[in-house]
Amino acid sequence: MTAMIEINNAEKTFTMHLQGGVRLPVVSGVSFDVNAGECVVLAGPSGAGKSSILKMIFGNYRCDGGRIGIRHQGALLDLARAEPREILSVRRATIGYVTQFLRAVPRVPTIDVVAEPLLATGVSRDEARQRAAQLLRRVNIPERLWSLPPSTFSGGEQQRVNIARGFISDHPILLLDEPTASLDAKNREIVVELIAAKKRAGVAIVAIVHDDEVRHAIADRIVDVTTFAAAA
Amino acid sequence: MNAPAYNFAYLDEQTKRMIRRAILKAIAIPGYQVPFASREMPMPYGWGTGGVQVTAAILGPDDTLKVIDQGSDDTTNAISIRKFFEKTAGVAATTSTLDATVIQTRHRIPEATLHAGQVLVYQVPIPEPLRFLEPRETETRRMHALGEYGLMHVKLYEDIARFGHIATAYAYPVKVNERYVMDPSPTPKFDNPKMDNCAALQLFGAGREKRIYAVPPYTKVVSLDFEDHPFSRYRFDAPCALCGSEDSYLDEIVTDDKGGRMFVCSDTDHCESRQAQGHRGTESAAPHKEARHG
Amino acid sequence: MAETNDGLASDEPLLVVDGLAKNYGRLTACRDVSFTLYPGEVLAIVGESGSGKSTLLQLLSAQLAPTSGRVSYRMRDGVLRDLATLGEAERRFLFRTDWGYVHQDPAQGLRMAVSAGANVGERLMAVGWNHYGRIRDAASSWLERVEIDTARIDDAPRTYSGGMRQRLQIARNLVTEPRLVFMDEPTGGLDVSVQARLLDLVRSLVNELGLAAIVVTHDLAVARLLSHRVMVMKAGHVIETGLTDQVLDDPREPYTQLLVSSILPP
Repeated sequence: MTAMIEINNAEKTFTMHLQGGVRLPVVSGVSFDVNAGECVVLAGPSGAGKSSILKMIFGNYRCDGGRIGIRHQGALLDLARAEPREILSVRRATIGYVTQFLRAVPRVPTIDVVAEPLLATGVSRDEARQRAAQLLRRVNIPERLWSLPPSTFSGGEQQRVNIARGFISDHPILLLDEPTASLDAKNREIVVELIAAKKRAGVAIVAIVHDDEVRHAIADRIVDVTTFAAAA
Repeated sequence: MNAPAYNFAYLDEQTKRMIRRAILKAIAIPGYQVPFASREMPMPYGWGTGGVQVTAAILGPDDTLKVIDQGSDDTTNAISIRKFFEKTAGVAATTSTLDATVIQTRHRIPEATLHAGQVLVYQVPIPEPLRFLEPRETETRRMHALGEYGLMHVKLYEDIARFGHIATAYAYPVKVNERYVMDPSPTPKFDNPKMDNCAALQLFGAGREKRIYAVPPYTKVVSLDFEDHPFSRYRFDAPCALCGSEDSYLDEIVTDDKGGRMFVCSDTDHCESRQAQGHRGTESAAPHKEARHG
Repeated sequence: MAETNDGLASDEPLLVVDGLAKNYGRLTACRDVSFTLYPGEVLAIVGESGSGKSTLLQLLSAQLAPTSGRVSYRMRDGVLRDLATLGEAERRFLFRTDWGYVHQDPAQGLRMAVSAGANVGERLMAVGWNHYGRIRDAASSWLERVEIDTARIDDAPRTYSGGMRQRLQIARNLVTEPRLVFMDEPTGGLDVSVQARLLDLVRSLVNELGLAAIVVTHDLAVARLLSHRVMVMKAGHVIETGLTDQVLDDPREPYTQLLVSSILPP
């Protein structure tokens, strides 16, 4: 088994300077590994720091202590101490991140929104569009919408576009933050299948899922985030 | 000397020396605009004060002077300047291009090939070829210094984009000695090829703008162009109505108020010499044609 | 793009800035600025007016001499050169070939009375292009790339709208395929709807061409959309620097937190 993620004693505290420098501890002592082909689901009540941990693994939140080891291009890189351009490289080649919200540039057609992560890794535009089309079909976005920007879509459609965009690349690590939140049962089922396919392909997954059924279907292991509750 | 109240050729000797230094520098750096302390002359700016100062500075008692305006020896401007030097320098005047040692000109280069030892003095209103697109003098000087002449082609590009061909017909920019881009003064581009490898010394004086520049004898002068829109001298449809010349620059003369007109050589000396040699055009039987209508 | 961006170790920096400072008498316009920019990287310099970001941009683009410190640039021959040691001719050549500079006010970066085609073609003519047809083709294909109707190639930019002028300015800068583009509040004078279109265009051009860019802006949304990294400036020095989304989502310094909290939610 190859550990794709090795987190060791990671911690995060917000200091709110605008509120008189209040220190807001989020998590501390975060330690767990994720292996290739394994899906770890973070569990805990809201506010326990699940999303913060995902963001730390993605390099979006800075890590105040400990290590976040990421296997990137054959070597272990400590994201807590990486240079911005190393983090960018990790995001391009190694870690994919699917949030609840689609953050797309206005005016860009849906098919290109989905294809973009592939283009960034050097895949040709034609091939990227082809794969984007496949995925869009898979998540039931009607073809007539592909040339429109997703900003006009319903919440559920946007969420599915977002999933297609998140699943299109071949990143060996995937972070999922509530990927099924606003989906109906049928589309939830499709996402579960997509996740299963990623696992079979050896992708290491860390997910936050509230839906018990989905969690049950995808989780190999549950990490209880409350054990990382930081002492205030 | 006819007017002893004046120094020879009007300007005092110190001023002439200053101008000669500028001229020498201009000859040493072909096409480069040398600043000089332009003087007030007894004529308004725009009437050739720059050319007159250059002529005054180079004129000697043995010189023979010819002055032309648009090719003609007998227009007001040409006559005034010729008389000015006859009076202040007492030099001999001529209308013959071949006999003159110094030719001051506005807007034309004579048709007859100039020979070694002659000096052609141009009157220049705006010496800066880049001025059209770049109003800052500091910037144009820097562009000359660094040989950045892309802007010159922008002007030609605009011509082609607008008219389908390079429509600049006068003051057509040239590159001198493969270095400086120069405005040949508002001569028609028809005359540009005469500047190249010319046996005579060409001096340019801009009085209001206080600049002198020069093209030494036998210097390469190339008109700017594009590969796919090469420089071309236009051809006139008809020969000169008076002398029948087919390769000279023609002026349009309106002969009556009913749309009558004819085309004749702008260079009067050239035209008259040809007629004296027996060349004839369609209208040449009546040298004072206007009289018929009067 | 992938090749230029991903070979981290082998990649050589394009611009190296070391201890840069500029004083006007006793007034410090900026001080102690150091950073490294790599090919294909977009750096946003954010801060309010008077924070020194525009002075910094002028220092970086060698339009202003620093009081101390140094800016080095990797020339096309691969040699890293201190900009202060470049001759004026070299510096100006760099400026119209390997660099672009997009002004906030397009009137400053364009020749307003000259046709769009000549505005784009000027840089090509400056480097010796001497074939009208080819210059025009290049200009026309660049107008297309910046979404300007090629039927307007012979119109002067003074007949263009603000957004079109800004897009024309970008085409004029990119025609020589520069490796580094400086942008000073590129969307500053534009309507919000026009801004979005321009940002989208800039973003895709930067990606396609693998351009490095330094963008000065007071608008954090511009920084978020365009840049990989951000540098927050206040009163002439760098307050905070890092990955753009990191700095904007997890700001550390009091001033950055203030800036971020001042944005109206989208």
